[in-house]
Amino acid sequence: MEDKILLRYIDVPHIEKIEVYQKHDGYQGLAKSLKQHKPDEIIEIVKASGLRGRGGAGFPAGLKWSFVPKDSGKPVYLCCNADEGEPGTFKDRLLMEKNPHQLIEGIAITAYAVNCHTAYIYIRGEFCQAKNVLEQAIAEAYQNNYLGKNILKQGFHLDLSLHPGAGSYIAGEETGLLESLEGKRAEPRLKPPFPASVGLFKGPTVINNVETLSNIPHIIMRGAEWFKGFGTEKSTGTKLFCLSGHINKPGVYELPMGIPLKKLIYNYGGGIIGGRKLKAVIPGGSSTPVLTAKQAEDVLMDFESLQAAGSMLGSAGVIVMDETTCMVDALANLTRFYAHESCGQCTPCREGVSWMAKILRRIEDGKGLEGDLELLLDICDNISFKTLCPMGDAAIGPVVSFIAKFRSEFEDHIRQGRCPIEKDKSIKVRG
Amino acid sequence: MAVKFSAPVEREFKEILSRYPHKEAALLPVLHLAQREFGVLSDEVLEQVAGLMDLPLSRVKGVVSFYTLFNTREVGRYVIRVCHTLSCALNGAEQVIEHIKNRLHIEVGETTPDKKFTLLECECLGSCNTAPVMQINDRYYENMTLEQVDQILDSLE
Ligand SMILES: Cc1cc2nc3c(=O)[nH]c(=O)nc-3n(C[C@H](O)[C@H](O)[C@H](O)COP(=O)(O)O)c2cc1C
Ligand code: SF4
Ligand code: FES
Repeated sequence: MEDKILLRYIDVPHIEKIEVYQKHDGYQGLAKSLKQHKPDEIIEIVKASGLRGRGGAGFPAGLKWSFVPKDSGKPVYLCCNADEGEPGTFKDRLLMEKNPHQLIEGIAITAYAVNCHTAYIYIRGEFCQAKNVLEQAIAEAYQNNYLGKNILKQGFHLDLSLHPGAGSYIAGEETGLLESLEGKRAEPRLKPPFPASVGLFKGPTVINNVETLSNIPHIIMRGAEWFKGFGTEKSTGTKLFCLSGHINKPGVYELPMGIPLKKLIYNYGGGIIGGRKLKAVIPGGSSTPVLTAKQAEDVLMDFESLQAAGSMLGSAGVIVMDETTCMVDALANLTRFYAHESCGQCTPCREGVSWMAKILRRIEDGKGLEGDLELLLDICDNISFKTLCPMGDAAIGPVVSFIAKFRSEFEDHIRQGRCPIEKDKSIKVRG
Repeated sequence: MAVKFSAPVEREFKEILSRYPHKEAALLPVLHLAQREFGVLSDEVLEQVAGLMDLPLSRVKGVVSFYTLFNTREVGRYVIRVCHTLSCALNGAEQVIEHIKNRLHIEVGETTPDKKFTLLECECLGSCNTAPVMQINDRYYENMTLEQVDQILDSLE
């Protein structure tokens, strides 16, 4: 059995062009959907496949679609979340730059399934290359009647456009995204109501990640059982794992869910730069709790296993840190990121995360005070579950886990009044 | 000074509006368009945009200030954004920033006196596998070494 789904054709020259994509089964899944299936059947197939969202939360895709009311009388919208901003994550950009039609086909099938006629791809403003490729691909899809009116003469119509973001991590949170798409500041909305009932322009709205949607054509073509042949019982399919940090061969690796982290790092990633020792791994993007080298020994990369290990699969952005990494410095870096990206609506997130960033920087600079760790954990406590959107909790995940697992390193900084780690900050040139 | 879209940009503007059921949803793409046309989203430009979009100026300014890619102050012809988030930091981003500062004799956030370069730090560019990464205007520069940074800056007119 071949082991790739999404990246199977990634190296085919010009797969971004519609003629080439068509020669590789392109748009067969859309044709099959429109000609052989009712919308509800598509939802049932995707439910049966066990496909879970690839944007971070892992919510079952088919189930999400089934929440869209059938008789609201309002237009249904579909938004593809292409805002990819979680540090350590860089898979959606690859999918869009290399195989844009796979995504467009997934969007068209999904739109058909939820009775949507207007879809948007909310794309990160910085992704200029991906924007150009997608724009071209969308135009080709219209010319070939995979988008537009009466698609493939089956009476279904769909308009798809790109909506560029303008630099904001929180616009990746689904309700922040909706606000941004409505021409506003990307300030997340209080839920409920959930977007499936009241979303974009107050209509029922489905929001899915690029990788989630790119899986759809394959599931329709090959069936739910085939898809379930990849991965584990509850985390089906393959996953695009993003490897970065102190690793010899960083990159995107498509592998079945449930692959051992150790195998990912050493067999695929070529091990740690300079043959150094592993210190810590962030397994699922910057918001997910850090794992120690010991935990990394035997953890498996799927939703359940990482949860059992006290972390999360998140967006599968694996950040590898070697023995020269200062954990205080690393955490200060991440916390600064969250402080910078807070939208400012909730006081605990706006003020608390900025304080934490300042305290961590002061500890790293050797000016930490006795009691700073308790203070940090207290601030975390005051943020936890007390904010409007999950970003508050995303920001404290690293703080709590770094302190729990590397506490002595933080204490050494405070006690010695300096950073005791001999860091290697040189530019790593890989062989 | 009155600012106005040229005829081709006006057409592009209309095309953008046609993608949305509500006019104000087009605000972000229209601001991108205005920035591409006029370089900076000055008060005059924002007034023009607010007029075209039937929105109060304060509403437009509120949006502009929220997003990092909109420039309300003058920037150089080349805006350099060096990623300094974790994966890039682990791979030497700090050195890249120091190097550029020394070479251009400016601090982060500043523009060279000849208005050629503006240096900024930015958060994760979604290219952590090719750290350290920087973006200059629309283009990414990946896997940088200090020699390459020099070559890149030399090659820009
Ligand atoms: C702070 C924050 C940032 C997020 N950023 C992204 C993002 O960049 N891309 C993405 O697909 N999902 C992101 N998400 C998750 C989305 O809110 C949403 O769950 C997802 O787009 C749903 O798609 P999926 O079910 O296909 O994963 C983010 C969530 C939070 C709380
Ligand atoms: S938790 Fe933070 S990012 Fe989310 S709405 Fe509140 S202030 Fe904004
Ligand atoms: S951390 Fe620099 S591109 Fe992601």
